[in-house]
Amino acid sequence: MLDILRERWRQGHRTTKWPKGPPPALDARFRGAPVIDRTRCESGCTACVEACPTDAITLGHAPRVDLGRCLFCIDCTGACPSGAITHGREFSLATRTREALLSDGRVLEKAAALEAASLRLFGRSLKLRQVSAGGCNGCEADVNVLGTIGWDLGRFGIQFVASPRHADGLLITGPVTRNMELALGKTWEAVPAPKLVIVVGACAISGGPFREHAEVHNGVEGRLAIDLYIPGCPPHPLTTLDGLVRLLGRVERK
Amino acid sequence: MSTLTTYNGGLSETPVQSPAETWCDELRRRLGSGGRVVAMFSNGCVPDVGLVAVVADDRNARLDLLRARAQGPAFTSLASDFPEVQLFERDIYERSGLMPIGHPWLKPVRFVRPTDTIGVTDFYRVEGEGVHEVAVGPVHAGVIEPGHFRFQCHGEQVFHLEISLGYQHRGIEAALLRGPTKRRLHLCETLAGDTTIAHTTAYCEAIEALAEVRVPPRALAIRAIALELERLANHVGDLGALAGDVAFLPTASFCGRIRGDLLNVTASLCGNRFGRSLVVPGGVTFDVPDTAEMANRLKRIERDAQGAADLLWETPSILGRFEGTGVVTAQTARSLGLVGPAARASGLARDVRQDHPSGLFRWAQVPPAVIETGDVFARALVRWLECTRSFAFVREQLAALPGGAVRVDVGPLAPSAMTVALAEGWRGEVCHVLGTDAQGEVVTHRVVDPSFHNWMGLALALRDGAISDFPLCNKSFNLSYCGHDL
Repeated sequence: MLDILRERWRQGHRTTKWPKGPPPALDARFRGAPVIDRTRCESGCTACVEACPTDAITLGHAPRVDLGRCLFCIDCTGACPSGAITHGREFSLATRTREALLSDGRVLEKAAALEAASLRLFGRSLKLRQVSAGGCNGCEADVNVLGTIGWDLGRFGIQFVASPRHADGLLITGPVTRNMELALGKTWEAVPAPKLVIVVGACAISGGPFREHAEVHNGVEGRLAIDLYIPGCPPHPLTTLDGLVRLLGRVERK
Repeated sequence: MSTLTTYNGGLSETPVQSPAETWCDELRRRLGSGGRVVAMFSNGCVPDVGLVAVVADDRNARLDLLRARAQGPAFTSLASDFPEVQLFERDIYERSGLMPIGHPWLKPVRFVRPTDTIGVTDFYRVEGEGVHEVAVGPVHAGVIEPGHFRFQCHGEQVFHLEISLGYQHRGIEAALLRGPTKRRLHLCETLAGDTTIAHTTAYCEAIEALAEVRVPPRALAIRAIALELERLANHVGDLGALAGDVAFLPTASFCGRIRGDLLNVTASLCGNRFGRSLVVPGGVTFDVPDTAEMANRLKRIERDAQGAADLLWETPSILGRFEGTGVVTAQTARSLGLVGPAARASGLARDVRQDHPSGLFRWAQVPPAVIETGDVFARALVRWLECTRSFAFVREQLAALPGGAVRVDVGPLAPSAMTVALAEGWRGEVCHVLGTDAQGEVVTHRVVDPSFHNWMGLALALRDGAISDFPLCNKSFNLSYCGHDL
């Protein structure tokens, strides 16, 4: 018993103070949303568009990266001959609509809180049933980590529950494989109304690297009404946590 | 019978095809004399099916490639005598329609035929007074991938557990051949998203073998460091999860955090906690930013992990739950062809880093951790021993990184060639088999995740155990659903 107490003392209190303090330091090589500086593009160059594995980039007058398709890899920045596309440092990437995920990397319509009636219900207690509909375990692992002491999701009243009957909503990962279509639908139906749907990761938003495979449905879009989109492959736990607490109105919308 | 003998990452010409009966006989002979199936798969559909088997001779670091053409509707199953092939034969039947005559357990693997409905199959049933059936999944309690578990129980005692998967099937192998080339590496990264480094390392080694490219030593060292970091993060996470499953919160809490610290070390290398965008054909994309800083960071992490893990071995109530639970004997493990920590925990000293070394492991050894008891305790202790060895290995490599480039260009691939690349992922042996046509285009790319070998091990571990020990046994294996389903 003394060993346990001594070890607890040695390991220390490690929960981040964020959002009441600064966020945990993100690594120097952290990749936020890609930022396109059109003035640096070489004339007629479309190298980033062609390099992107999920065709997430469109150029033209208003260059856009579809963060819902973006894998946050280095193919576009690696292909760019002039440094016109770079990775930003923004970790707050969650949005309330699919359209808001089309970003130039500088201005992002960050997720607003739920409306007042929903906040009264979920603002201090949000129980989520997680469903992996073909996820690769990247998103699942980095969502699960939010329950560990560094992040401590429980302090916001957010918790993952074992049964959809105990849940206020679903948190879905994976491209929605054909083989998970029925189970996902049944799980959603089993959640009592009113309910929320949160989609985490490129797969759940748009199919991710499996987009257009006959075996998957290209994500949740169009199948269920979605309340929160958290892009990434997988999203950094800070991005996911930021999205969830913004939804609950715990972070000032900036 | 023409067999070609190669080695991990060796370039081979494509072996000539034999008739299916000869292939079966040769396979039987090799498995009967100590060989081990690494991969076994089909191309095409009846009445014209190509068959390939890769058999490992672990003691001599050789891999034998056997190819056949089956021109009837069936082949002779080897599963009754060599259970390690049972899932491979079922997969061959599911994809090609070629019937394995005499297979004792011919059921769907991924439920991909048009006539299949996911999860609908004849589950093995035990009838009798007081016997009941418990069905769990596909959606099951935690934040975890889906799978179906069907228990035949008598009170608390489990007579039989049957595991039915396929829910995570994304059609990756088809897309590796047919889809856009710019996505292929990303598919290898995400086919089992927590095993990115092992899968991309094996895939890239296969491409490098086919392109006859020499990867610079500094890149090999960084790949090995990343592989061991992946192993460390997952093993530490598993020890925490095992502690959680026996309600021991101190270790569960500490390890949950420490796993994140290890993932952050990988992120400091390549910007992604899971090692995405690091390993590419020809080398790696990022160099170590500061070897001394990374080594110091790992020293602090190791001390924390040691403190957390030591509590497990010193707490009698934990040992009471771990010891004797979920036993898989060495004989069972061998006959099932188990790989990875699960095999080593049952006394089988098999590890790709030792038996078929490639990359840096050709000259930097990590001794395998082997325990005889085959229970949850053994699977936990093997993980901890591997952690201590991986921490030491990474420290050594950081202190002695070779100079030079981290990446070279990769040219066209050799025509009409085959290669097999293996890596010791944290769950066990990862295998990528690639083959090219006369133009040097990849026309065969098959993947075997270690979970494909090991799920049956979990099923048998539950026999005669208590159903309440299922979460603990499941976690002690911690297999990949998506790695199995592809």
